[in-house]
Amino acid sequence: MDILKKLTQTYGPSGRESDIKELIENIARPFADEVYTDALGNLIARKKGNGKKIMVAAHMDEIGVVATLIDDNGFIRFSSVGGIYNKDLLGRRVCFKNGVIGVIGSEEENKDRKILKMYIDIGAKDKETCEKLISIGDMAVFCGDFYENNDTIISKALDNRSGCYVLLKTLEKINSKNDIYFVFTTQEEVGLRGARTSSFSISPDYALAIDVTDTGDTPDGIKMATKLSGGAAIKIMDRSILCDSFIRSKLAELASKNDIPYQLEVMNYGGTDAGAISLSGAGVKTGGISIPTRYIHSPSEMINKKDLDSVISLLSVFLEENYDK
Amino acid sequence: MLLEKLCNLDGVSGNEGAVRDFIKSQISSYADNISVDNIGNLIAFKKGSDSSKKVMLSCHTDEVGFIINGITKEGYLEFQTVGGIDTRVIISKKVRIGNIKGIIGIKAIHLTTKSERENIPKVKDLYIDIGAKDEEDAKKYVRLGDYAAFDTDFELLGKSSIKAKAIDDRVGCYILTELIKQPVQYDTYFCFCTQEEVGLRGSRVAAYKINPDICLVIEATTCSDVKGSVPHGYSTIMNKGAAISFMDRTTIYNKDLYEWLYELAKKNNIPVQYKNLVAGGNDAGIIHLTNNGIPTLSVSLPCRYIHSPCGIASLDDIESLKKLSLCFIKNIGEII
Repeated sequence: MDILKKLTQTYGPSGRESDIKELIENIARPFADEVYTDALGNLIARKKGNGKKIMVAAHMDEIGVVATLIDDNGFIRFSSVGGIYNKDLLGRRVCFKNGVIGVIGSEEENKDRKILKMYIDIGAKDKETCEKLISIGDMAVFCGDFYENNDTIISKALDNRSGCYVLLKTLEKINSKNDIYFVFTTQEEVGLRGARTSSFSISPDYALAIDVTDTGDTPDGIKMATKLSGGAAIKIMDRSILCDSFIRSKLAELASKNDIPYQLEVMNYGGTDAGAISLSGAGVKTGGISIPTRYIHSPSEMINKKDLDSVISLLSVFLEENYDK
Repeated sequence: MLLEKLCNLDGVSGNEGAVRDFIKSQISSYADNISVDNIGNLIAFKKGSDSSKKVMLSCHTDEVGFIINGITKEGYLEFQTVGGIDTRVIISKKVRIGNIKGIIGIKAIHLTTKSERENIPKVKDLYIDIGAKDEEDAKKYVRLGDYAAFDTDFELLGKSSIKAKAIDDRVGCYILTELIKQPVQYDTYFCFCTQEEVGLRGSRVAAYKINPDICLVIEATTCSDVKGSVPHGYSTIMNKGAAISFMDRTTIYNKDLYEWLYELAKKNNIPVQYKNLVAGGNDAGIIHLTNNGIPTLSVSLPCRYIHSPCGIASLDDIESLKKLSLCFIKNIGEII
């Protein structure tokens, strides 16, 4: 799990994925036939084959904040990058690319918890001191240590570094005749942007998005069948896609045949790269396998290790399957 | 003055013909090829001394306005807004449907209830009054589907500012019309795109077809250095120069690229500022996601009261925007 720990703790907000990309690239390179980066910063590791062209996408960006103004007293005003819950920002630590850590504070009168009334405090004594470390447009990510026990992992950015981990582990061990593009996409959190252009250029026969999904198993939680420890979640739909019926039934069939624990996922909130991929070019048959995750977009996202293994197993058998040409 | 003529022309989204024709007449002698595509984009091609790269410069010809979708028995015109318009700023304003003048009407204060005065009316409660006697009379002048634009004249305001409608984005049209007169290093496509205000539509097909190596979007953006706004809520500040975007609702700009442009401006003593607030979006949002992805930058003119009958902008800022755009063209070899 050292790799997953490194993946979650590496800096990579939307649009600023170079650090996390470098880490993934170094891990992927020995196992891929070809590794390249495109105009939007997507990292593509290809494992060549004569079978179907299959794209597997996991986004490598994470949510964060962006500095919009530094005031005379050295406080940094900011805006959100991706879906942030304003209500629980206070007291949170954020970390900039250069390692500077700040705390989110708020003006006294801010009942609605508006971001406009909040700021990041890096302890700078004035504007000049602050500007030596931070510039307008710099982004920061939330701090959230990696913790694991026998069953469970808690960390920031399991959305979606756990998906990146699944791709890397699958790439490492897979033996397939298909032509497989492992794509680590950028800017998913701000609107499925990297997936759209990478999918256009690859133009695959089939595509799968590997991402986290919510669970409905917490006290008085959202109404959703997906559970932590319930196995790999085969995506039926989310707000961005109705998954291709061939792909979702194939996934269920392969899971049953290989005794891989699985469950079905209908996510009522949010979309995934699957949506952007399915509509790119002339359209792509697309599905998804998700990692059940609690407290998504918090500094303490939680997943189950066996679920993670199930997702890797299911992805592997799907990619190793022989499809009619 | 060219900008004056451009702002005074009407071109609500989907009805950009007059603006397009005027621009075409101004630039045709400077372009190697000029075409209008299926969605109405005017695309002027200028060959560079080096044809190894393609550069796209993009602005939009359309403006926000109204479309007529009903005529009442009394001869009033019912309408829908086209593009983002705050209902509060349109009441009692002058509009025109071609040559036909009208007023966006509402009951006089004597006839309103307290609650009507305290709540913002909805668009469906408003109408355009062209002085017609009745439905039959109105139909002589207006048909369903006709467009109405704000009836505002371009004027100088003091010595250093202008007031006009449609500064967003006729200022971009103005700058592209000027820039095409300059020699270019790379093959350059000057794109005057349609339907930005209703969802970045024209630029989408233009970028798909051109598939450039880099694109610069030249725009107008919100200037919120106004009463009731706090400094960290300002998007841009008037008279502080052209605004470079690092992030808005539709695009996260490449850091190496926007910092390059910012430094380039500083080196050339061009007043420049960052657009500080992550708000709004523009054609860059769709262009950078086109095909395999297209590196895209945005530069904008700070404009107060944007999307209203009357915007205000600074002549100095227009000059900086022009210089910055030219600087981009001249130095682009450094980054592509």
